[in-house]
Amino acid sequence: MTFEQFIFYLLAAIAAVSGLMMITVKNPVKAALWLVLAFISTAGVWITAQAEFLGLVLILVYVGAVMVLFLFVVMMLDINMAVLKEGFTKYLPLGAMAALAIFALMYMVLGPEHFGLDVTGTPDVKAADFSNTEAIAVPLYTVHVYAFVLAAVLLLVGIVAAIALTLRRRPTTEVLYQNIDKQVKTLAADRFRMVKMDAVKEQPIVEAGEEDKK
Amino acid sequence: MNFVIPSFAPAMPEMVLLALASFILVADTFWSKRYQFATYYATQISLVVVGFLILASFTTEQVFTFNDSFVRDSFADILKLFTLIVSLGIFLFSREYLLQHKFYSGEFFVLGLFGILGMFVMISANNFIVLYMGLEIMSLAMYAMIALRRNSGTAVEAGMKYFVLGALATGMLLYGFSMIYGATGTITFPEMAQVINSGKADGIVLAFGVVFVVIGLAFKLGAVPFHMWMPDVYHGSPTAVTLYLGTAPKLAGFAMVYRLLYEAMPGLVEDWQSLLIAISILSMGVGAIAAIAQDNLKRMLAYSGIGHVGFMLMGVLAATADGFSAAMFYVIIYAITGVAGFGMIVALSKAGNEFDRIVDFKGLNARNPWLALMMLITLFSMAGIPPFIGFWAKILVIEEVVKAGFTWLAVYAVITAVISAFYYLRVVKSMYFDKPEDSAPIEAITPALNWGVSLTAIVLLLLGLLPSTIIDLAYLSI
Repeated sequence: MTFEQFIFYLLAAIAAVSGLMMITVKNPVKAALWLVLAFISTAGVWITAQAEFLGLVLILVYVGAVMVLFLFVVMMLDINMAVLKEGFTKYLPLGAMAALAIFALMYMVLGPEHFGLDVTGTPDVKAADFSNTEAIAVPLYTVHVYAFVLAAVLLLVGIVAAIALTLRRRPTTEVLYQNIDKQVKTLAADRFRMVKMDAVKEQPIVEAGEEDKK
Repeated sequence: MNFVIPSFAPAMPEMVLLALASFILVADTFWSKRYQFATYYATQISLVVVGFLILASFTTEQVFTFNDSFVRDSFADILKLFTLIVSLGIFLFSREYLLQHKFYSGEFFVLGLFGILGMFVMISANNFIVLYMGLEIMSLAMYAMIALRRNSGTAVEAGMKYFVLGALATGMLLYGFSMIYGATGTITFPEMAQVINSGKADGIVLAFGVVFVVIGLAFKLGAVPFHMWMPDVYHGSPTAVTLYLGTAPKLAGFAMVYRLLYEAMPGLVEDWQSLLIAISILSMGVGAIAAIAQDNLKRMLAYSGIGHVGFMLMGVLAATADGFSAAMFYVIIYAITGVAGFGMIVALSKAGNEFDRIVDFKGLNARNPWLALMMLITLFSMAGIPPFIGFWAKILVIEEVVKAGFTWLAVYAVITAVISAFYYLRVVKSMYFDKPEDSAPIEAITPALNWGVSLTAIVLLLLGLLPSTIIDLAYLSI
C-alpha cells in the first residue's frame, strides 16, 4: 500500500464513520458537527485526487458558510429529536438489510473489476504549477455557460420561493408600519382641526379667605 | 483556448421567457398594490409572446447550440407550444381560484413562469447537466407553489412530502447519470449514443446506471412503484396548483424520457425496456384498481394519472420512433384533458367548499346541466370512450405496442382501461342519476371559467372527431 492509498483509505473511513454518526447521534448540534467532519474528510479525498480547488471550496463554502448558518438554525429552533427519532429502532433491521443488499450490489458493479486502475488507466499526475482553478473556470464560462446561467436562474427561483414562503406581513394591529405614501400625502387639515368656540370670559377668582370674611 | 461565441438565435424563446419572467418578478412589487391583475395579464401576454416567437422560428431540422448543450428540433417546438397552450389554461383557472380562496399573489404567476422556463430547458436539453438544471428549476418552482397557501396544513404537508421525495428521486437520477458518465466518458446525448453503440463502454456499469435513471424518471412521472407521493400531493395542494402539477410537467417529463432513452441510450434498449414493461404493468393496474376506492375527486384523478402514465410508457417501451410519437400524442392529450378535469373542480370551488369530493358532484345535472355535460365529456375522454380524443390516444399507443410484439401487454392494457372506466362512469352516474344534497342551481365562479371549461371540453370532442392533424403533428416531429 502506497502512502497515497493509506491517506485515501484513512480519509474515506473517517468520512463514512462520521456520516453514520451524523444520522445516528441524538443531539442535533453534534450531528451538524459530525457532518462538518464528513465534509472535511471528503475535501481531503478530493485533494488527493488532484482537485485542490474543489476541495478548498468545499471547506470554505460548506464548512465555513453553510454549516455555520445551519448550526445557528439548529440552535435557534427547539427541535425535539426524540420525536424525530421515533421508530428508528423499529425500522433499523429492515433499513440495515436494504442498505446491505444495495451495498453488495454496488460492490459488484463498482468494484475493481469495472473501475480498477487497469480499466480506467492511471490518471496522469499534473505538474505542481498546474492551475486547478483555471481548469474549472475556463469550461465553466465557455463550454458550459448555458448550464452556468441556468444555475443562476435556479438560485433566483430559490430566492423567490424562500421569500414567498416565509415573508409574512403582520396585520397593522400587531406591528406598526411607517406608510410613507400616506405621510407625504397628509394635509395639515388631517392632523390639525380648528374648532370655533365662543370666547370664554374669565371670571375673577374669588379667594377662599374672602368668602369666609363675608 | 479557442472559443466561438455560440449562436443565441435557437434559444430565443427561452431567453425572452427568462427576461419577461424576471421583469414581471420586479414589476409585480410595484404593480400589485395599484393594479391587482397586472401581473396576471403580463404573465398571459408573455406566454403568448413566447409562443409567437416559437411559431415564427419553427424549424424541422435539428439545431445545436451552446456547445451542444441545447437542441432545437420540431419535437421540442411542438412540446413547448403545447406547454404554453396548457399553461394559458392553467393561469386562467388559477386566478379565479386564488381570488376565491384569498391567497392571490403575484409570486404564484412568477413561480409558474419560472417553472415553465424549467420545462422548456428540459425539453431542449442535450446533455445531463442542462437536463438536471431544467428539472430542478421546474421542481423548485412547484414545491414553492404547493406550499404558497401557508395557513393550510395539508398544502404545507404536500409541499414537504413532494420536496423530500423529489430530492430523493433527483438523487437517484444523478447517481444514474454519474454511472453512465463514468462508463461512456461523455455527458452529451448524441455522443453518448455513439459510444454505447460502438460497444466500448462497460455494459454492466451502463445497466446499473440505467436502472437508477429509470427509477428517477418513474419517480418524476409518478409511475408505480414510485407513485406514493402522487395522491397525497394532488390532494393536499390547492386545486389551482394541482392543475399545474398534473398537466404541464407531464409534457416535460415525457421530453426527459425521450431525450434520455431514445436519443442517449437507444443502444441499451434491452436494459430499459424490461424495466419499463414492469413499471407500465404495475402503473396501469394500480391506477385502475386503487382509484375505485377514492371518494375525493382529486385523489381519484391522481390515481387515474398514474394509470395514464402506465399507458404512455407502453408507447415508450415499444422503443420505436412511432412508439414515441404515440406516447407523445398520449401525453399531450392527457395534459389537455387534465386541464379540463381539474379546471372543472376549480370552476366550481367556492371559498369554504373545495368541491373536490365525488359527493359534491351528486346531481350536478339538476343543478347545472351544461357543466355536467362538460364534465361528462372530460371523463369520457379520460376513460377512452369514442368519439372523444382520449380514445384515439389509447388506440394509437396500443397499436404501437402490438406492432412491437407485446400483444399480451395490449390485452392487459385494454382490461385495465375497462376497469378504470368504472370509476369515471361512477362520477357520471352520481352527476346524472343521484339526488343532489343541495338542489340549488350552481354556476361556475365566474363566466370566464364557464367559457374556459366549455372550450376545453369541446376541444376534446372536436379533436376526437377530427384527430388526424394533431396525430400527424406528433408523428412528424419524431
